[in-house]
Amino acid sequence: MQTWSLVSICVLLGVAVRWGISLNPYSGAGKPPMFGDYEAQRHWQEVTYNLPLQEWYFNTTDNDLNYWGLDYPPLTAYHSWLCAHIAKIINPEWVELHKSRGYEGPMHKLFMRTTVLVADVLIYIPAVVLYCLYLIDGSSKKKVSTLLCILLYPGLILIDYGHFQYNGVSLGFALWGVLALGLGWDVVGSMAFSLALNYKQMELYHALPFFCYLLGKCVKVGLMGRGLFLLVRVAATVLVTFALCWLPFLSDPSQALQVVRRIFPVARGLFEDKVANTWCSLNTLIKIRSVLSGDSQLYLSFAFTLLAALPSSVKLLMKPTFWDFKLALVNSSLAFFLFSYQVHEKSILLAALPVCLLLNDLPFMSIWFLQASTFSMLPLFLKDGLLIPYAVTSVAFLLSIYLLSALDHCSEDELRVGAYRKLFYCLPKVDLACGVRWKFYISVALMAGLSVLSVVSDPPPHLPDLFPVLVSMTAFLQFLGLFIHFNVLQFSSPPGKKRQKKTN
Amino acid sequence: MAAAPSSWSWFLPLAAGVSLFKCLFINSYHSTDFEVHRNWLAITHSLPVSRWYHENTSEWTLDYPPLFAWFEFGLSQAAQHFDRNMLLVENLNYASPSTVLFQRLSVIVTDSVFILAVRECCRCVQEQRGSRDVLSRPSFVLAVLLLWNFGLFIVDHIHFQYNGFLFGFLLLSVAKHLQSRHLQGALLFAVLLNLKHIFLYVAPAYGVFLLRSYCFTQDNNDGSIRWRSFSPLRLLALGSIVTSVFALSFGPFVVMGQMPQVLTRLFPFKRGLCHAYWAPNVWALYNVLDKVLALLGVRLKLLQEVELPRAAMTGGLVQEFQHSVLPSISPSITLVCTVLSILPAAASIWWRPRGGRGFLRCLLLCALGSFMFGWHVHEKAVLLAILPLSFLAVESREDAGIFLLLTTTGHYSLFPLLFTPAELLIKVCVMLMFTIFSFAALRKLHSY
Repeated sequence: MQTWSLVSICVLLGVAVRWGISLNPYSGAGKPPMFGDYEAQRHWQEVTYNLPLQEWYFNTTDNDLNYWGLDYPPLTAYHSWLCAHIAKIINPEWVELHKSRGYEGPMHKLFMRTTVLVADVLIYIPAVVLYCLYLIDGSSKKKVSTLLCILLYPGLILIDYGHFQYNGVSLGFALWGVLALGLGWDVVGSMAFSLALNYKQMELYHALPFFCYLLGKCVKVGLMGRGLFLLVRVAATVLVTFALCWLPFLSDPSQALQVVRRIFPVARGLFEDKVANTWCSLNTLIKIRSVLSGDSQLYLSFAFTLLAALPSSVKLLMKPTFWDFKLALVNSSLAFFLFSYQVHEKSILLAALPVCLLLNDLPFMSIWFLQASTFSMLPLFLKDGLLIPYAVTSVAFLLSIYLLSALDHCSEDELRVGAYRKLFYCLPKVDLACGVRWKFYISVALMAGLSVLSVVSDPPPHLPDLFPVLVSMTAFLQFLGLFIHFNVLQFSSPPGKKRQKKTN
Repeated sequence: MAAAPSSWSWFLPLAAGVSLFKCLFINSYHSTDFEVHRNWLAITHSLPVSRWYHENTSEWTLDYPPLFAWFEFGLSQAAQHFDRNMLLVENLNYASPSTVLFQRLSVIVTDSVFILAVRECCRCVQEQRGSRDVLSRPSFVLAVLLLWNFGLFIVDHIHFQYNGFLFGFLLLSVAKHLQSRHLQGALLFAVLLNLKHIFLYVAPAYGVFLLRSYCFTQDNNDGSIRWRSFSPLRLLALGSIVTSVFALSFGPFVVMGQMPQVLTRLFPFKRGLCHAYWAPNVWALYNVLDKVLALLGVRLKLLQEVELPRAAMTGGLVQEFQHSVLPSISPSITLVCTVLSILPAAASIWWRPRGGRGFLRCLLLCALGSFMFGWHVHEKAVLLAILPLSFLAVESREDAGIFLLLTTTGHYSLFPLLFTPAELLIKVCVMLMFTIFSFAALRKLHSY
């Protein structure tokens, strides 16, 4: 069958699945007074439409920052402003200042869900399609299989179309950046990534690899000549993009400062809720938040994050190939997730996107990670009433094992566990690949079991948070293990003959 | 014909994928058919058998044959673990989340009969030699066309019905006939008739085929009938199978003397020539012609406007009505038209039987003829023609062309079933998916 018909079928299936999930409740549905992320987005439409730009990020009588104040960079605000204009045409009650607070209704839900879908279809899905068609080697069947798996990754769909967020926009822009860099269009790539950064500040998780890759490329080409020219062009593009996005706020320095204060809230604490990173997991053994002061918590997490993220980025700087770039994206975002300050469980999506890009080369490990990342957000899904979509999409994603023949590519060589042999040469002659496979089966069984337990049984009264804690600890252990594996991969011997990546 | 076991590995993921996909739409819009089946669960669970066909607390009275009532009874045993309140007859329009979950899951689970039937049909497809890419194998294309059928998906899993379960029996019966296991096929069809009597539409095909090709064991060299080869034993076997199934199904009601009531429920001729929403058949055109002539008549002052009934057939009501200008159509007229339309096909397989595939073609024509000329046809009945045609489409090029035309228009005619704004995107996406696949796959298949 022709590739275009297979691709369109995959895209349509992706859209149908997304829309099917959007029929379910959103975050904070029917839960006054604060509701949830859905109400936050609606409120931002109300604020950006009715108030002048100077008041968007400030605490005024008309704009109460305690009720879902804007805490994303300007592009999100512009996007909300655009949606608000459309909302006003359809039904002005949706964005009326003050009166529309907590507005809920079926047509409004349809409108909001449509805005998410439109943004996805315009930004994220084309990026995925182009990436799969142009930056994956192999038969067209392999490309389409990878496309289907990436489009059906449960985590992103459940958060964007269930819980309600616009991650597709920021991740889509970031993916356009990766795509452009893969094709050698460095300027376009840096512009796309700057747009991503200006949409959600969490994209900083990906900033280090982008920076090191481009810098490394400039150095490699020769800092006294073409390299310098490239560096100047990239720097200029980034500055111009930032300037254009922040233009209305640059007239007054206090404006820009307030925006920065809103998007980097350092007063909020090491972590909130249960999240599958080091600090929350450590907290079960030692109560860090009470042991250390606020400032030392900040410095501690900063130090560890840097320590964890730098090695892969430095390696990338020295050897800027596209393969290393993808691995560094994974390592950097995972490092930030595991050790950074004030991490939310949804931030795992920032690590999941680069891992999706590895589906083709490392199907087994990637599927393991993506499955664990969806599982780590289980408490959030249960709170939002998204149990059935979660169960269905997670089980369906396991089918990708068949689609990508992941278990066939499970030999020791393909899993690159040979590097472990070199590290621990005292290990007895066991079949490491078989051990890895068994660990995967056990962890899937564990995740399934914990999911069922979280739903059917009640926690003991003296441990009310038992299940979320267990979920985040299990996810954390898997993330840590995979983080180490991906780092080892980046530092191990270069890819063999089968994997001649495009070296840009 | 059956390929090596490992090369069927694609079937299970395909079936699992479509089942999981169906689960995503548990919370979508459902039609009044949902309440119909909930009511039947309540009736069969809470009332004794003698009351089943007399109960009319709800407007949705039991109008399927007894075996389906027993099927609902079986389901109700599982239903009581989900929500006991759905089994109370007085709880009209009860639709708690557990009820919705149970009913939707029951459709998805009973679809396993359909999945089994598809597997059997795929086994019967003639494969061409040579190892080909999975995507261009006839069995794979057929499996997708049947499992991911758009019409079946939106009627069963959004609108809400049990067609997958029923069509499973039909396709399984057809597969058995193709494999020359005629007694099993006859048994399955007899059971099917007692589950939903709409399959009477295709009973003539079965009757003629079994009589001609099974009861007459041999043909002459030129294919004509050899009267001497009639086997009374075979006829007896067939007759006893069919009779015993009917006896099992209707027996209790005959004993209780309720047959007239049951028959009135099963064949409600008071419902009018066309359903509230017209099926796209000949009578729809007839109605339009009648309306146009009536309007013209009023314009040309040949008719009095006050004499004409207002919004007679287009008002969305299910009732009997008379045509204004053209002669009114009675049930017997539709029967005559239907019989005339299927006569050529039936005569053809009597005259020169063409084995299993000839039977399938005759079945298809019976379904289409009944759809075009039948009394009170629902637009969902077009599925009765689309699904068997899928089988012929993967084997022959001409059939593929007809299939593409029938399936695209037939599926499009099902669009008004889902009229809510939220489901608009779903029906467009899945319809496009199916259409693109059917065109691309069939074109590739028949381009060799």
